[in-house]
Amino acid sequence: MTTVATVSEGTGNPYALSHLDSLESEAVHIFREVAGEFERPVILFSGGKDSILMLHLALKAFAPAPVPFSLLHVDTGHNFPEVLAYRDRTVAEHGLRLHVASVQEYIDAGKLRERPDGTRNPLQTVPLTEAIQQHRFDAVFGGGRRDEEKARAKERVFSLRDEFSQWDPRRQRPELWQLYNGRHAAGEHVRVFPISNWTELDVWQYIAREGIELPEIYFAHEREVFNRSGMWLTAGDWGGPKEHERTETRQVRYRTVGDMSCTGAVDSDATTLDAVITEIAASRLTERGATRADDKMSEAAMEDRKREGYF
Amino acid sequence: MTTPTQLAEQLSTTTLLRFATAGSVDDGKSTLVGRLLHDSKSVLTDQLEAVEHASRNRGQEAPDLALLTDGLRAEREQGITIDVAYRYFATPRRRFILADTPGHVQYTRNMVTGASTAELAVVLVDARNGVVEQTRRHAAVAALLRVPHVVLAVNKMDLVDYAEPVFAAIAEEFTAYAASLGVPEITAIPISALAGDNVVEPSAHMDWYGGPTVLEHLETVPVSHDLTACHARFPVQYVIRPQTAEHPDYRGYAGQIAAGVFRVGEPVTVLPSGRTTTIAGIDLLGAGVDVAWAPQSVTVRLADDIDVSRGDLIAPADDAPAVTQDVEATVCHVADQPLTVGQRVLLKHTTRTVKAIVKDIPSRLTLDDLSQHPAPGQLVANDIGRVVVRTAEPLALDAYADSRRTGSFLLIDPADGTTLSAGMAGASFAAVAQAEAPADDDAEWDF
Repeated sequence: MTTVATVSEGTGNPYALSHLDSLESEAVHIFREVAGEFERPVILFSGGKDSILMLHLALKAFAPAPVPFSLLHVDTGHNFPEVLAYRDRTVAEHGLRLHVASVQEYIDAGKLRERPDGTRNPLQTVPLTEAIQQHRFDAVFGGGRRDEEKARAKERVFSLRDEFSQWDPRRQRPELWQLYNGRHAAGEHVRVFPISNWTELDVWQYIAREGIELPEIYFAHEREVFNRSGMWLTAGDWGGPKEHERTETRQVRYRTVGDMSCTGAVDSDATTLDAVITEIAASRLTERGATRADDKMSEAAMEDRKREGYF
Repeated sequence: MTTPTQLAEQLSTTTLLRFATAGSVDDGKSTLVGRLLHDSKSVLTDQLEAVEHASRNRGQEAPDLALLTDGLRAEREQGITIDVAYRYFATPRRRFILADTPGHVQYTRNMVTGASTAELAVVLVDARNGVVEQTRRHAAVAALLRVPHVVLAVNKMDLVDYAEPVFAAIAEEFTAYAASLGVPEITAIPISALAGDNVVEPSAHMDWYGGPTVLEHLETVPVSHDLTACHARFPVQYVIRPQTAEHPDYRGYAGQIAAGVFRVGEPVTVLPSGRTTTIAGIDLLGAGVDVAWAPQSVTVRLADDIDVSRGDLIAPADDAPAVTQDVEATVCHVADQPLTVGQRVLLKHTTRTVKAIVKDIPSRLTLDDLSQHPAPGQLVANDIGRVVVRTAEPLALDAYADSRRTGSFLLIDPADGTTLSAGMAGASFAAVAQAEAPADDDAEWDF
């Protein structure tokens, strides 16, 4: 007879999975569900740690066969050069196919207008959704995690988007057991979030455990930065600093990778994975609170962008 | 005091507990969740500042911790929780995923959603009101979904002078009721979420209580059952065939082990075809292993070259489930459009989706008293009822009581893809509950 009382961690249940193994197994299951049910899936790949983690999980999920998905990068035109280099190196190393949707091209063609505040993150939505339509992608993997932001906490693992890529939080399908419903009409697609249940610390611990290489900007280094609205932004061609803003050299690292115009660095001397994990475990700020300007625009900034088709 | 380095080291070896909360509007569920997050230091400064800011804008003096979980514009505008939210927090002993389910009108489908993946449910009761109709519904849903552990949190003890007899009477009534439904393990804890008694810190007001705080219990409750006792089940998700120079003949069946343990060399049967072979190898995400168990995602290689594809089920040759095209089940209807007799649907079971037709809806269950209303004709949102479904192809279906993973299914509208119902295969829940002797401690609760 099985009784719950007879099995406990103290007695060293040999079948207990560590929390990282549980999360890994769940994410792999989600990747394989999509491979089994969809025609044209794609992984959103920015060269940030969450998309790097996703690619690593996809590589493990289908080994020894190659990953049966292509990658899509929405290039804001204000990317960190180290991250672009990492992106191209990774694509080449694994023989992957990369699609690039360029915000700069949309601006140059007059289809998008630069915002007065210079941030390009919200401008990604149109190139992203048009790329999805153009390539007829029916499943789009995103690295969104529910711990990042309160609107994302409401996001399903499988999130149905209409032909305009819109998210309607009040009409989400209930998600029961591990039975993901990916049914969709022609023109609609499903956003899939395999690492929904991971936290920032889980991501870093897993990266350390698996020995995954990351772009250097995640580790402490000297950088020319200037302060805007309490955030350390990297000086560069993208449009900073303005006249009244002074640059200085600081030892910093990034907790997230995004558009240079709205992704802030944090003061840090963490040069190794262990040091980064220690720093995050002790931090009293969320990664978005610490380093993302776009989420501070309003109380519902993320929800509003997600409704429009943002990931 | 734990240093960050120690914390990081501990976290890498901890386990994960998924749990759900249930409680009606004024039972203090948001306060309990807020207290758990806040007192376990899982609310970070910028999140708290955002809540304080929003609360001030609303003219509230104290930060409204419900704003931590109510993430949608409509939820904040209306001051209610519309949808299940998932929250994450950690202690040095364990990491937690909390399905925070709303206690409002649409309670049943939301609690079913949250409870479907939960290993533990916290049911809140207001100490002044005791066990009410809503409490019985929550207990019934937890029993129906086979949540292995239930915590009864008797809240607002501060409003009944922290009196032991009040707690004891509620705990006794609830335990008797839940045990009669077949809930295997019930832990009752007297708390005040508002004052912080017995949530994270032990209460200074209730010397008479010798049990754990809510957090202590969450940290120590066992998360894994003895899986060797479960019927082993492996739904095939995807066939991996690299066809590369390096792996010209590799053919592996990828999937997540739904229940039990599989070993290399073991004789297995592939369903629904019924062909038998042995396991030639198991690859655990790139590395060969001799043994693997639920819920590991693995790739299984078979000794014989037989036809196996997505939707098939691999099971031990001497312990395979029967296949059937006639599914009897209890369903919770989760869609706004009704489920009717004669309706054509899709049935998604593990990795297999088949056409099906609703042959009969013999009864609808009233959760309050567990009585059955015969032949309701249809089920509407939040109804729980018995259904008989005929499928176009055979399914290898277990009883939900034996396996949460291979006994559960979805009914889907083929026209627009809406998830209609959450299904649990097997005998009637209420019939089982009424037939079973109360407090059967040895009941088998595999999942």
